[in-house]
Amino acid sequence: MPPEIKQEGDDSMSIVEKVLEGDVRAVARLLRDIDDQVPSTRSILQQLYPHTGKAYIIGITGPPGAGKSTLVDQMTTYYRKLGKTVAILAIDPTSPFSGGAILGDRIRMQRHFLDPGVFIRSLATRGHFGGLTKSTHDMITVLDAMGKNIIIVETVGVGQGEVEIAECAHTTLVVTVPGLGDDIQAIKAGIMEIGNIFVVNKADREGAKKTVQELRNLLEMGKKFRMETGATNGWDPPVIETQAHKGIGIDELCEAIESHREYLTTQALDELKKIMVKRALHQFSETLKDELFKEMMRRMEKKGMNIDDLAAKIADKEVDPYSLSRSLIRDELKEPESAV
Amino acid sequence: MSQERKLRVLVAKPGLDGHDRGARIIARALRDAGFEVIYTGCHQTPEQIVQTAIQEDVDLIGLSILSGAHNYSFPRIMELLKENGADDITVIGGGIFPLEDIPKLKEVGIKEIFTPGTKLEDIIKWVRENVKPRRVDAA
Ligand code: B12
Ligand SMILES: Nc1nc2c(ncn2[C@@H]2O[C@H](COP(=O)(O)OP(=O)(O)OP(=O)(O)O)[C@@H](O)[C@H]2O)c(=O)[nH]1
Ligand SMILES: [Mg+2]
Repeated sequence: MPPEIKQEGDDSMSIVEKVLEGDVRAVARLLRDIDDQVPSTRSILQQLYPHTGKAYIIGITGPPGAGKSTLVDQMTTYYRKLGKTVAILAIDPTSPFSGGAILGDRIRMQRHFLDPGVFIRSLATRGHFGGLTKSTHDMITVLDAMGKNIIIVETVGVGQGEVEIAECAHTTLVVTVPGLGDDIQAIKAGIMEIGNIFVVNKADREGAKKTVQELRNLLEMGKKFRMETGATNGWDPPVIETQAHKGIGIDELCEAIESHREYLTTQALDELKKIMVKRALHQFSETLKDELFKEMMRRMEKKGMNIDDLAAKIADKEVDPYSLSRSLIRDELKEPESAV
Repeated sequence: MSQERKLRVLVAKPGLDGHDRGARIIARALRDAGFEVIYTGCHQTPEQIVQTAIQEDVDLIGLSILSGAHNYSFPRIMELLKENGADDITVIGGGIFPLEDIPKLKEVGIKEIFTPGTKLEDIIKWVRENVKPRRVDAA
């Protein structure tokens, strides 16, 4: 770590060093600070960022109880046998009523708790939509800088619109199980497009073959459509049957992940680039929004404006939120009216 | 925009004890009180519990045990926390304990013991009063 990046007077330098050395306690605490949006994490992330880009990121999504955590546990065993280190971010929903959460994904991963080559962190959505947490991208930065070879992100197991994972993973796994009510309908909307690999877990259950066939048909239709529109690419998502609780099908699954990685890093460099740009764009725009908002708040406070008072005025219809925001931004950015 | 820290709690069951009803009820009560609860299931060794607490950066470990094996696992967990420089984490226990064991457990650093019949609201109240999330500047 070049010393010139040291920030004015804080001891973030030592945290950065500890993270780069893989210090578990330092990493765990930094992740907490990121999740709690502690401002000082920005300068630490800034210093960690140049050390990232080495980890391979795997996303896993699918309905509640499909066996995602059990698959993550089995995949971790597979990669550990190859000598690769693994970090896991396992996301569960925050209760909208209490703001609390029960994070239970670890139950399926007990055998890795004492392996120093595995780091597991349970996260609560805290009101964020999209299947991840607001902090996930920054946490990946830390785990990557920490030197973990593989980062597996288990999304929250709900509904359909949880596609944000495709913005940060190199390979996205979509998991389903046989006999999900209207069968494949359950994973149709939006989700079909993000899967690089489809997993039919609980293949020990009745109807597995039917689910696999239906998925293949859907993928075939999608491919035809892409070819007609000229948007074809060279990767045909495979459908893999697994029985995660028994470790059946895990080798095939991990080999498929490796094939996809091979494909991205040798044949489809433009696609890989696209994924990385998408992720960078997400991180950049989120950070910009946050920083701008904080800066505005700081300036307003300095001028004695209180956001709660302003909100009360809006509620009383003294002013509307649109013109108020615009005029505040205009004043601060000192730009001609048309530019805002 | 100072956001408040969320309290993070690990609820764990050490040893071979399979009585998990109490632990699940406690986990739910803590969630309903607005905390983030990491639940790891049964059959945890002291080593697993301590590693989990560190990786998850929790403020509180709640141990649930009804089998009677607390006199080994509880002191061992306290010892491991100290060895790992994580003895700032508060540890409490719940389940079935002979009365004479309780002072000994408190002596090794267990902050409180809750026995059958304890009201959930009393447990939540105790947590709110005695456990504060780690301060930001202590990062
Ligand atoms: C239900 C029960 C079972 C169920 C368990 C179901 C389950 N999945 O939990 C079954 C039938 C499976 C079972 C089996 C056995 N049981 Co049993 N079981 C009970 C019983 C009747 C009630 C336990 C219970 O669920 N209570 C309800 C919950 C909500 O209460 P709780 O766990 O005590 O939790 C409260 C507090 O203790 C506290 N608390 C608990 N944990 C925590 C954690 C934290 C962090 C906090 C803050 C608070 C807290 O808060 C809760 C709310 O007040 C008790 C007797 C009793 N009255 O306690 C025996 C009892 C615990 N079992 C006993 C025994 C011996 C067994 C068996 C060995 C029997 C056998 N020979 O096969 C097996 C062992 C199973 C195993 N693998 O460990 C003995 C234990 C004796 C001992 N400690 O020396 C007891 C005490 C019965 C007795 N008097 O002999 N059991
Ligand atoms: N029969 C069968 N059960 C399985 C299989 N894989 C996992 N399970 C069981 O399914 C249950 C749920 O598994 P999890 O791995 O927790 O599922 P999940 O998708 O992570 O669940 P959430 O995180 O709650 O959405 C557990 O009881 C597993 O043991 C399988 O292939 N066959
Ligand atoms: Mg899970």
